[in-house]
Amino acid sequence: MPTMQFKIYRYDPDRDERPRMQDISVEIDAADRKLLDVLVKLKAKDDSIGYRRSCREGVCGSDAMNINGKNGLACLTEVKDLKQPVVLRPLPGLPVIRDLIVDMTQFFKQYHSIRPYLINDEPPPERERLQSPEDREELDGLYECILCACCSTSCPSFWWNPDKYVGPAGLLQAYRFLCDTRDQATSERLDDLDDPYRLFRCHSIMNCVDACPKELNPMAAIGKIKAMMLARTV
Amino acid sequence: MNVTKRSYDAVIVGAGGAGLRAALQLAEAGLNIAVLSKVFPTRSHTVAAQGGVAASLGNSDEDHWHWHMYDTVKGSDWLGDQDSIEYMCRMAPEVVYELEHFGMPFTRTEDGRIYQRPFGGHMSNFGEKPVRRACAAADRTGHAMLHTLYQRNVRANTRFFVEWMALDLVRGPEGEVLGVTAIEMETGEVSVFQAKATLFATGGSGRMYYASTNAFINTGDGLGMAARAGLPIQDMEFFQFHPTGVYGAGILITEGVRGEGGILRNKDGERFMERYAPNAKDLASRDVVSRAMATEIKEGRGCGPEKDHLLLDLSHLDPDVIIRRLPGIREISIRFAGADPVREPIPVVPTAHYQMGGIPTLYSGRVVAPKNGDPDAVVPGFYAAGECACASVHGGNRLGCNSLLDLLVFGRSAGDSMIEDIGKMPGALPDLPRDAAEGSLARLDRLESQKDGESVHEVQAAMRRTMQEHCGVFRFPEMLAKGVAEIEAVAERVSRTGIGDHSRVFNTARIEALEVENLIEAAKATMMGAANREESRGAQARADFPERDDTNWLKHSLWYREGNRIDYRPVHLKPLTVETVALKKRVY
Ligand SMILES: Cc1cc2nc3c(=O)[nH]c(=O)nc-3n(C[C@H](O)[C@H](O)[C@H](O)COP(=O)(O)OP(=O)(O)OC[C@H]3O[C@@H](n4cnc5c(N)ncnc54)[C@H](O)[C@@H]3O)c2cc1C
Ligand code: SF4
Ligand code: SF4
Ligand code: FES
Repeated sequence: MPTMQFKIYRYDPDRDERPRMQDISVEIDAADRKLLDVLVKLKAKDDSIGYRRSCREGVCGSDAMNINGKNGLACLTEVKDLKQPVVLRPLPGLPVIRDLIVDMTQFFKQYHSIRPYLINDEPPPERERLQSPEDREELDGLYECILCACCSTSCPSFWWNPDKYVGPAGLLQAYRFLCDTRDQATSERLDDLDDPYRLFRCHSIMNCVDACPKELNPMAAIGKIKAMMLARTV
Repeated sequence: MNVTKRSYDAVIVGAGGAGLRAALQLAEAGLNIAVLSKVFPTRSHTVAAQGGVAASLGNSDEDHWHWHMYDTVKGSDWLGDQDSIEYMCRMAPEVVYELEHFGMPFTRTEDGRIYQRPFGGHMSNFGEKPVRRACAAADRTGHAMLHTLYQRNVRANTRFFVEWMALDLVRGPEGEVLGVTAIEMETGEVSVFQAKATLFATGGSGRMYYASTNAFINTGDGLGMAARAGLPIQDMEFFQFHPTGVYGAGILITEGVRGEGGILRNKDGERFMERYAPNAKDLASRDVVSRAMATEIKEGRGCGPEKDHLLLDLSHLDPDVIIRRLPGIREISIRFAGADPVREPIPVVPTAHYQMGGIPTLYSGRVVAPKNGDPDAVVPGFYAAGECACASVHGGNRLGCNSLLDLLVFGRSAGDSMIEDIGKMPGALPDLPRDAAEGSLARLDRLESQKDGESVHEVQAAMRRTMQEHCGVFRFPEMLAKGVAEIEAVAERVSRTGIGDHSRVFNTARIEALEVENLIEAAKATMMGAANREESRGAQARADFPERDDTNWLKHSLWYREGNRIDYRPVHLKPLTVETVALKKRVY
């Protein structure tokens, strides 16, 4: 069985003065296809390594981390493509709770700030509200977001202003509701984003697009929000 | 250790589809509630559901709730409670429309209605031919549903305790439930949540099997907590094996693939389901398809060098259908099987998927435990919904898309029952017993101080192997007898687990050890139930008792942790308003 070398960021506030990098290796076999498979083995060896995980299929958004300098999901990362030693760090820009586990409070606060729910005060019909397949297609590439934070924690604007800039994940969801034909709060939503920080901190650096493990494009969504904003001023 | 006391009108354990639907009901009614979850709500395993949610909307084919009810009873192999089933199927359109009104991004038909696809076992006109009943958001229905429900809870200002793990039920002198104990992962601190109503919506226990479609967190915590508190667990021998888990990885390939026209083939390229279910073919019920696949493999017609799997072929479908209706499946197949279904078949194998059993409830979501000769005696203050509960709508075998429906219907009805019962309890919360947290603290202490402990990882692996080998698709008497002994040996090891990490902060080793203590209870219930039930019905296929035996076994089994014993409860054969779906042989 080949051995795989790791350098893992370790920090336990209960024990450690400051963070350190742990060198650790583990034997892998053909069944260990994804990085998460190997992390499970590492944890069997040293159960103090802290990381989040759940679905192991890229849909729950738990195991986002910085892998060899790039944000991604451990469960979707192919082991065979990884350069060794594999350097694992927590997502950048958020406070570390422990090891690879970051405090996502700020990230979710921004998500909640865009009012991530359908707003429509008309009494609903007996049956479903109608929406054409074309209108529904507008939501593709938006609603699939798994809130993993790979994008926002790779965005320099979010690093500097996590309290003021909504960030790519939140803005992607803002656009998901802006372009839903069933939502009636378009102008309030735009008013809320019309702010030098909330929306306009995006400088189209594109890190978010590279980072998204679900191949979504927050930057394009942000561009569309800006276009909507512009369209209503003229 | 200091234990903080927190008081609420209601506490909900679990923020998957069932927990969130119930929470919404309570939060919108203005009650003071706490929702606990081991993970951020949208990370719950409902997110992984793909195919759809069943409701007789009739958007594409003529449909009727009564047909849906018939299919569900037949699917359950008559073990389902017909009052609960009628309730669920009648409510289905309403809860699905409600979800649409909440903002659920359903795929649409040309005329703008909710898109529906065929699914296994769902037929029109009392079993005649497949009907389009599964309401879908592409093949990401669970994701769309879970996020929509979470979003609606954000709107309702629901109070969440994220990354808090409930440890044990707190019961009063009369057996009434008074709340739960829980540990906050980030700090390691223990609290008692005191409430007038406590709901379990903790999901399934699929991790007890080696090959499973379930997430790491699906460790049957609700079952473990209920069992330790002396409550029975119902019908756990009925564990569903999904026909199409990705070979080697376990990741699910939705039945919706076969709904869209996908075909199962053996090594000769034969569409073998034509032999086993001439009418419904690939869309027969899951237990039927899984057994057919296991038989093909056993008789040497499996694929690959080990002849140990089969192929799911979509290559004859219009690539546009795959890309538009099954984008998530294509992604999974490329990533986890290395096959693009547009061109190549997907290697699949029956994989442990869903627990039909669970904490027994009525269709109101109230938990029952037989008492003084009343098989339906309610446990005051205690409710359960979703996969951890057994209402029982799925009986011996669940139909695809009936689980997401179960979450919505029984999440809502449990919420309503809680509101009603809390309304009858004005004034202060009842006192907690002095030792409310003692059991939980003792378990934590034991784990901390265990010398030369067993490795959690190894013990769990042993459990999963035992279940896989001894309690799979087909069940053999000698294997079951050995399995019972082995699982008891594993349980013994579980009581001696030890951890290396003793930090207070986000100690995932500790959480995993606590999860195994829950999972083993679910595994024991499953193994014992399977060894005990001497018939074949739904997912329970006994080699030595190949027929269904309604004379002796048309009853729910109840497993009690204390004494590892089994008791029974009658099946509710009488629906609410229509006539009983009469017992019949089950053919597809
Ligand atoms: C891959 C897959 C695909 C599926 N596809 C479909 C489908 O297309 N249609 C369909 O109808 N069904 C489908 N099912 C079944 C269905 O998705 C599940 O049965 C259902 O989602 C379970 O929902 P739940 O709310 O009961 O539990 P879950 O969604 O599993 O949520 C459980 C919740 O409980 C919490 N929890 C658990 N233990 C504790 C504890 N000790 N303390 C605090 N919180 C706790 C968790 O954090 C989580 O929030 C599928 C299942 C799988 C695995
Ligand atoms: S494009 Fe905008 S949101 Fe994306 S990384 Fe750059 S600044 Fe951040
Ligand atoms: S947009 Fe992509 S990277 Fe960002 S949170 Fe959503 S899924 Fe993750
Ligand atoms: S474990 Fe769920 S996204 Fe990786």
